[in-house]
Amino acid sequence: MNALYVMLGLPAVGAILFVAIHNTRLAGWLNIGVSAASLAASVLLAWAVMQQGSLHNDNFLVDSFNIYLLVLTTFVGLTTAIFSRPYMQHVCEEGRCSTVRMRLYHSMFQSFMFTMLLALSTNNLGVLWVTVEGATLATVMLVSIYRTPEAVEAAWKYFILCGVGIAQALFGTILLYFAAQHVLVNPEEGLNWLTLQQHSAELSPTVMAIAFVFLLVGYGTKIGLVPLHQWLPDAHSEGPTPMSAMLSGLLLNIALYAVIRVKMLTDSSLAATQHPHMAGHLLMGFGLISFLIAGLFLHRQRDIKRLFSYSSIEHMGLATFAFGIGGPLATFAALLHMLVHSLTKSSIFITVGHATHIAGTQNIEHIRGLIRTQPTVGWGLLFGVAAIAGFPPFGIFTSEFLLLNATMQSWPWLSVLLLIGLGIAFAGLFRHLHPMVYGATPEGQSAVKVNMIPVAIQLLLVIWIGLAMPAFLAGWLDQAVQLISGKGLL
Amino acid sequence: MADLLNPVDWLLALLQVLLFALAAPLLAAWVKRIKSRLQNRRGPSLLQPYRDLRKLFRKEARVANSASPLFRAAPYVVFSATLIAASTVPLLAVHLPTAILADVIVLVGFLALARFFLALAGMDVGSAFGGMGASREMLISALAEPAMLMAIFTLTMSAHSTNLSSVIQHVLDSGLLLRPSFLFALLALLLVAVAETGRIPIDNPATHLELTMVHEAMILEYSGRHLALMEWAAQIKLLLYGVLISNIFLPWGMAQQLEPLPLLIGLAAIAGKLMLLGVVLAVSETLVAKMRLFRVPAYLNLAFLLGLLGMLSHVILEVGV
Amino acid sequence: MNLAQLGLLEQSIFVLVALALFLSFVLLSQARLTTMIHVFAWQGFLLALLTAIVAALGDNPHLYISALLTFLLKVLLIPAMLHRLIRRLELERHQERLQKQALVMMAGAALVIFSYWVVLPITHMELAHIRNVVSLSLAIVQLGMLLMVARRQVVAQVIGFMSMENGLFLAAVAATAGMPLVVELGIAFDVLVAAVLFGVFFFHIRDSIDTLDVDQLTRLSEEER
Repeated sequence: MNALYVMLGLPAVGAILFVAIHNTRLAGWLNIGVSAASLAASVLLAWAVMQQGSLHNDNFLVDSFNIYLLVLTTFVGLTTAIFSRPYMQHVCEEGRCSTVRMRLYHSMFQSFMFTMLLALSTNNLGVLWVTVEGATLATVMLVSIYRTPEAVEAAWKYFILCGVGIAQALFGTILLYFAAQHVLVNPEEGLNWLTLQQHSAELSPTVMAIAFVFLLVGYGTKIGLVPLHQWLPDAHSEGPTPMSAMLSGLLLNIALYAVIRVKMLTDSSLAATQHPHMAGHLLMGFGLISFLIAGLFLHRQRDIKRLFSYSSIEHMGLATFAFGIGGPLATFAALLHMLVHSLTKSSIFITVGHATHIAGTQNIEHIRGLIRTQPTVGWGLLFGVAAIAGFPPFGIFTSEFLLLNATMQSWPWLSVLLLIGLGIAFAGLFRHLHPMVYGATPEGQSAVKVNMIPVAIQLLLVIWIGLAMPAFLAGWLDQAVQLISGKGLL
Repeated sequence: MADLLNPVDWLLALLQVLLFALAAPLLAAWVKRIKSRLQNRRGPSLLQPYRDLRKLFRKEARVANSASPLFRAAPYVVFSATLIAASTVPLLAVHLPTAILADVIVLVGFLALARFFLALAGMDVGSAFGGMGASREMLISALAEPAMLMAIFTLTMSAHSTNLSSVIQHVLDSGLLLRPSFLFALLALLLVAVAETGRIPIDNPATHLELTMVHEAMILEYSGRHLALMEWAAQIKLLLYGVLISNIFLPWGMAQQLEPLPLLIGLAAIAGKLMLLGVVLAVSETLVAKMRLFRVPAYLNLAFLLGLLGMLSHVILEVGV
Repeated sequence: MNLAQLGLLEQSIFVLVALALFLSFVLLSQARLTTMIHVFAWQGFLLALLTAIVAALGDNPHLYISALLTFLLKVLLIPAMLHRLIRRLELERHQERLQKQALVMMAGAALVIFSYWVVLPITHMELAHIRNVVSLSLAIVQLGMLLMVARRQVVAQVIGFMSMENGLFLAAVAATAGMPLVVELGIAFDVLVAAVLFGVFFFHIRDSIDTLDVDQLTRLSEEER
């Protein structure tokens, strides 16, 4: 438990501290330090969870489902912090961002980490809502940090759409609390997840069904499920690139995590009714639509960051679909997919950040011949996109393969749609990728100072997971599968 | 329910209609007087409308060359339709033999008949003002009627009857209840009443300004006894709305038996309620400025919305199983 | 269910909820920003009053705190902030041209019916009137959304956002006698931060595109640029 408090406390302290630090260089290094310390704390926490099983008290809950997301969040937080230091310095040198805004940037970076970690580790569904909303508020300022008209517009859209969406989730939470109050001895505990889970079979199915729809729409806005995704490409493309990496790699996962927690309650409450799989079917529908439509949109993108944000929608759709199918195999695939997608997507965004600095624009048409100008960036992008498109031996291939297997078992016809969708997305990514990496180098394009170590580490991890999944990770995921779907895979 | 063939009851009903007709100018005078006081004027005597009516009845009625027989008939039709409408509204006692007639839809129908002839008469002579007034009147009434029906249906839904006497009895029986639907219906009816009786902010009965007048424009060509009947009908209409609102929403004090003492109490109660309502009307007319004609639809939309909300809140909050 | 079985205080809850719903409609039809802020403050006042009544009825002392919190936040602080903002943005006399007014109002009425339909299946609970209040608060939430969709002016959109929040608060108070205190404080904090952020954004938007009309926010779309 102490490790948990340290992990939560560090970014909270950091958020306050960075407001006061005027030296941008120092703040950049300290940001890395705080993130590294959080990662260390989360690894310690993971160690403790491995030894003792789940840890919980009235306020916090760490079990096999969220521990891997906690470690993932702190890890991607650290790699992004490493990337953001030289990247933001470059931005400052270009004069796009003043010292005051850099203080804001670092402070919000850590506030964002804090709200996400709290969202993952809280035992209270109400606090979960508050922190997800808090994460929105923290990132809104980050999206608009360049103060260009586009950035302000993107931030406004993000703010309004997510605000509206998340309000629906609060209504769902209220209904959930309402249902819980009628079955619990101590109604004050009505949002306590562990208590709710114990009594989930007694919760009123009608109330839970309505509550789930509202929660899905609310958190689904944050996941970026079509048709609630409008904010996502804008926010990703106009904000600073480290932010895009964290939004895509982490925030979307957390919203999905919230939906899955609620789905577990809903499933057990609806088990005895005529529609026991209502929640799963909704997830499948939303997930599949997001997957297919985002795949199509990949083809017409002109902005490199918008391109990859649509790819995020596509992959979150896939994970949502997998959770919707349910059953151990699909759930395992979904959990694995969340993990490898986060690692790959954040590394892609880091590479894209470098690529835009090389080309001086985010416009795909003007990013050409990266592999000749700066081979590390070119290769990084190539490998990253290969990974995200689902090439073996990368981990995404594994998770997509497992998902296809699960679909074949339970919904054979949908696997055809899945294959078509994967093909569309593959083509959409590669038609843009090829000229960017291999095309003729424009005049005067020169290399910039980059740090590709985080990218390399993340992509290697993805390959490692794809080739030979470490036993402890498989064990964790299997425990999480057991928790979510009721029976283990292994 | 009173015996249908009891002659005393019928006599009472007739007396009530007479009282309606006789008291109508008094209410108009009362509102005018309060308004004058609010504007720091002394104002005319309470009997002034009676004197005006007497004067008009004595004068010769002049009729334009281009007028058709309809023009002559219209004042009588308008007056009698308004009076019959008034006879359906319980004034002092809840139950009278006319109670079987006292249906809100009948009431709205008679008022519509009166308005129809009023508008026809306005257009009959062919003067520009008459036509203008008639078209404005029809615009206002076309928007006001749905709002009024919506409000009234809200009431009748809670009472399960469109009969005014039953509605009033229902309200009396259920005692003091805070019903959101009644609150909305009351507000809607107040707005509609202001529009229908041609008061500020929709119309100003005290002026003959070409650009703004509605009711006065239609009766501009009338004189003598015709004009007197038209004016009187308008006053009865004002009283009718006042009685309708005060007796439906605050029915306490109305006579439930047809005996002298309850009837006297009923008379005192309705007089008190109407005086209060008159003060409210006068104050609002003093505070509010007349609105431009093209904003009237928005005003009446508000009334309709209130009526609709009343019905929705009745269904959702009060009936919901 | 019969109203007559409930006490006067319980009846007054219905009246307050219905009035809050009416104020949502007023917000929807109001073109003047200053008036909108006043109406919003009144809605907050109804909410605070209602919370206090629920607290008195159910003997929930912690609801008094949230009533006070609501009063401070939604009746005093946020309206005052909004007033100050529109003074600084010189929008006091701003009057928006409302588009398709009748259609919006009808859509609003349809949303009320829709909200009722959504919660209608909750029948087994012994307290049907709670469900009815929940349906109206859902309607207030949806009307807030409609306001945000129908209006092109950012301040009006923010008021829509805040009135949506009012509806949610109402649902929490009516259905569950408030959320646990931690959550309630968290929500209040979020609302406050959101209000401050909105204020900051007004200036950003005005500085970057010289207007506070959302129709001008069209740089980012999937259409060809």
